[in-house]
Amino acid sequence: MNYNIILAGVGGQGGLSVSVIIARAAMKAGFQVKQSEVHGMSQRGGEVLANLRISDGPLYSPTVPKGTADLILAFEPLEALRYIPWLNVERGVVVTASEPIKNIPNYPDVDALLAEIRRLPRYKIVDADKIAKAAGNAHAGNIVLLGAAAELMPIPLHELEVALDEGFAKKGEAVVLANRKAFNEGRSQQ
Amino acid sequence: MAEMVLSGDEAIAQGAFDAGVIGAFAYPGTPSTEIMEYLQDNLEAHKNKLFEAGVPKTLCDTIVAQWCTNEKTAYESALGASFVGRRAMVSMKHVGLNVAMDPFTNSALARINGGLVVVVADDPFMHSSQDEQDSRVLADFARVPCFEPSDQQEAYDMARLAFEYSEQHEVPVLLRLTTRLAHARAMVQTREARAPATKPKADDRKGWILMPAMARARWKVLLEKNQTFRRDAEQANTLQLRSKKLGVIACGLGIAYYLENEADWNAQNAQNAQNAQNAQKPKASQSQASSPDDGGTTMDQAPSLLRITRYPIAHDKIQALANHVERLLVIEEGYPFVEREVRGVFGAPIPVAGKMSGEIPLDGELSSDTVRSALGLAPLPQLPPPAIKIPGRPPQFCQGCPHADSISALKEALAGETDYYVASDIGCYTLASLPPYEAVESCIDMGASVGMARGASTVGQKKAIGVVGDSTFYHSGMTNLLDAVSHKTPFTLIIMDNSTTGMTGAQPTISPTSKLPALLAGLGVEPNHIRELASLKKNQSQNAAVIREELAYDGVSVIIMERECLEYLKKARKA
Repeated sequence: MNYNIILAGVGGQGGLSVSVIIARAAMKAGFQVKQSEVHGMSQRGGEVLANLRISDGPLYSPTVPKGTADLILAFEPLEALRYIPWLNVERGVVVTASEPIKNIPNYPDVDALLAEIRRLPRYKIVDADKIAKAAGNAHAGNIVLLGAAAELMPIPLHELEVALDEGFAKKGEAVVLANRKAFNEGRSQQ
Repeated sequence: MAEMVLSGDEAIAQGAFDAGVIGAFAYPGTPSTEIMEYLQDNLEAHKNKLFEAGVPKTLCDTIVAQWCTNEKTAYESALGASFVGRRAMVSMKHVGLNVAMDPFTNSALARINGGLVVVVADDPFMHSSQDEQDSRVLADFARVPCFEPSDQQEAYDMARLAFEYSEQHEVPVLLRLTTRLAHARAMVQTREARAPATKPKADDRKGWILMPAMARARWKVLLEKNQTFRRDAEQANTLQLRSKKLGVIACGLGIAYYLENEADWNAQNAQNAQNAQNAQKPKASQSQASSPDDGGTTMDQAPSLLRITRYPIAHDKIQALANHVERLLVIEEGYPFVEREVRGVFGAPIPVAGKMSGEIPLDGELSSDTVRSALGLAPLPQLPPPAIKIPGRPPQFCQGCPHADSISALKEALAGETDYYVASDIGCYTLASLPPYEAVESCIDMGASVGMARGASTVGQKKAIGVVGDSTFYHSGMTNLLDAVSHKTPFTLIIMDNSTTGMTGAQPTISPTSKLPALLAGLGVEPNHIRELASLKKNQSQNAAVIREELAYDGVSVIIMERECLEYLKKARKA
C-alpha cells in the first residue's frame, strides 16, 4: 500500500503543520513515511508545497511522482489546480478550501477555478475559513481541511486526533479544543 | 539505539553529534541552513546527555555550534579546531563552497588532525540559488574524498563515517547532498554515540605549513592517498549484476529515483519478453509459454545496478557492469560527472544514456518522472490539464517589510534620473528587481553590489549605488568598501539593516545594528557621510532626500536604512 499526498497552499496557511500532523499519525499507525517540503522563499507569499508519502513498504523518491497522488489537500483553489498533473487518474481526490488567496494581480476568476475543480472525477470543496471562524478559531482553516480529508486517508481516525492534540498541546487547552472542533466540523463536510 | 524522524540536514547534524563533533561552524544558505539550526536547537540537551554519561563538564562546555561571518571564516574556524585535535564540521550551500574555496583546496594538503567534515548542500533547479554547480566536481578538484548519501539513513551513517575516515586518512571529507534529500524527512535509526574526545595538537608542523617546499611534498602525499580513496570508494559502491539488457549507474539521490521505477521497468521488461515469445511460438503452445517464471524471477531480470555513494570515481565496477550489459544509463544529480568519465575521450564500448545524450535533462533537478522517462517507461496516466491558465505566484516582500520601504525611498530619489546604476545583492531585497519596483539592475554573488557599484564608478558611471543587506555586507561587502575608501571612489552604498539574515529564515547577523556606524567609520568612511535612517513608509520622502544628498557627494557615502525584519520579530516573540 502506497498513499501519496500533496499539500498545496500559500506561505502562512499552515500547510506544513498539517503535513507534520498527518505524518506523525501515520507513523504511530505503523506506516513508513517520507515527507518533503519546498523551502526557499515561501515565507514571502509564494506557493508552499509539501509532499507526504505513506506506505507499508519501503519508500524511495522523496517527492510524489506525477500521476500518483491519492490526495491533493489544497488550502486555496488555485493551488489545488496547479498540481492536477500529479493526481492519480483512477483514485485521486482533491480536497480544497473554496476561499482564494489573491496576492497576485493575475489571479483567475474564482468561480471559474471552482468550476474546473467540479469537473474533476473526485473532489470536495470546503468553505474552510468560514467554518473555522464559526468554530471559534479563524486560523484553523487548515484543520477544517484536515478533518474533511480524514476519512480518505488510510490512517485510523484516533491516531489523527492524537497527533492533532499533540500538535497544539503547547498552546494550551483552549487552542486544542478549538482545533478539535474545527477538525470535527471538517469531518462532517460532505 | 533510537528511531528519529529527520530531514537529510538534520540526519547529518545528529550524525555529527553522535560522531563526537566539538566545533561546528556555518553560514546560512538554502538548502543547508537546517544543519546548524538543528545543532543549535539541540546543543544544550546534547551536552547534558554527554555530561550525564560521564563526559567531563570542561569538555562538554567546549562543544560549539556557531554561525560565522561567511563560509570562509566558518571553514577556517573548523580547520583550527581540527589542528588542535577536535572533530570539526563546516556546513554551507554549494555556492558557499566558492567562498571557502581557498581554505578548502589548501587544507586538502594539510595533515588533518581532528576529523574535518565539509558538508555541502547543492541546489539543482536553483530553488533558492544563483547557479547549479555540482560539489562533487569541486571535491575532485581538491582531490578529497566525497560521500554522497542516497537517503536520510545514509546521511546519518555517512556523517559519522566521514569523521572516522577524515581522521584515519588525515584529509577533509566532503559530504554532498542535494535539496530534496536535505529537506525531506524519513525515519532514521541512530546508533550509540561516540563520546567527544580530544587529540593532542598536530605535532607535525610540516603538514600544516604550506610553504612551497613543504606543500610540494604534501601534494605528493595527497596524490598518493588518492589511490586509497579510489580503492575505498570502489569497495563502498555496490554492484548487482542481473539483466544483461540494461546497466544502471545511479549516484546519491539518483538511486532513490531509480528504485522508485524499478518494479515498473521489470514489469514492462517481462511483458516485452512475453510478447516476443508469443510472436515466435505457434499459436497452439501459447498457453504454456505464459508461465511467469520463464527466464527467471522478475528481480533476476531487473536492470544490473551500480550504486555510487563515494568518490573519487572508481573504475573497476563500472567496467564489470559494462562487460555484463548491452547498454548503460547513468543517473546522477547535478553535472554529468560520472557520465563524462564513463564516456571518456574514445567513447564507451557500449551505448551510454544520460544527461550528455539528452535522456535526462542537463539542467534542473532529477525526479522520479525524469528517471522514469530515461528508463524508457511511458509516463503514468494524467488527467487533462485545467483549461484555465494557472499563473505562478512569485515570491514578494512580506506585508510591511522594511526593505519595501527602503526601496520605495530609493525609487523616489531616482525619479527623473536617467544615468545611474543600482547594483544589488543576495537577499530578500533582490525582489526589488521584480514589478512593481524594478529598482535594481544586478544580482550576482554575495557582496558583489558593493564592488560592482564601485567598479562602475571608477570607470565613469555617475550615481553608482550598491544595495546590500546587513548580513551580506558583513559576509563579503566590507572588503569592497575598503577598496572604495582607499581609492576615494565616489559611490553610494545603501545597507538595508534588518538585524537578521532574513531570506534563510531569520538567523542572527554576526554583528548588531548598533555597532555598524563605528565599523564603517573604522573602515574609513567619513562620519558625516554615514547616514542612519529609519526605514518607515512615513519617512519615505525624507529618506529619498537624504539619498539624493549623498548621491550628489563626490566621495564614499553609506546610508544605513534600519528596521527589523518582520520574520525576525516573529521568531524573537516565539523564543
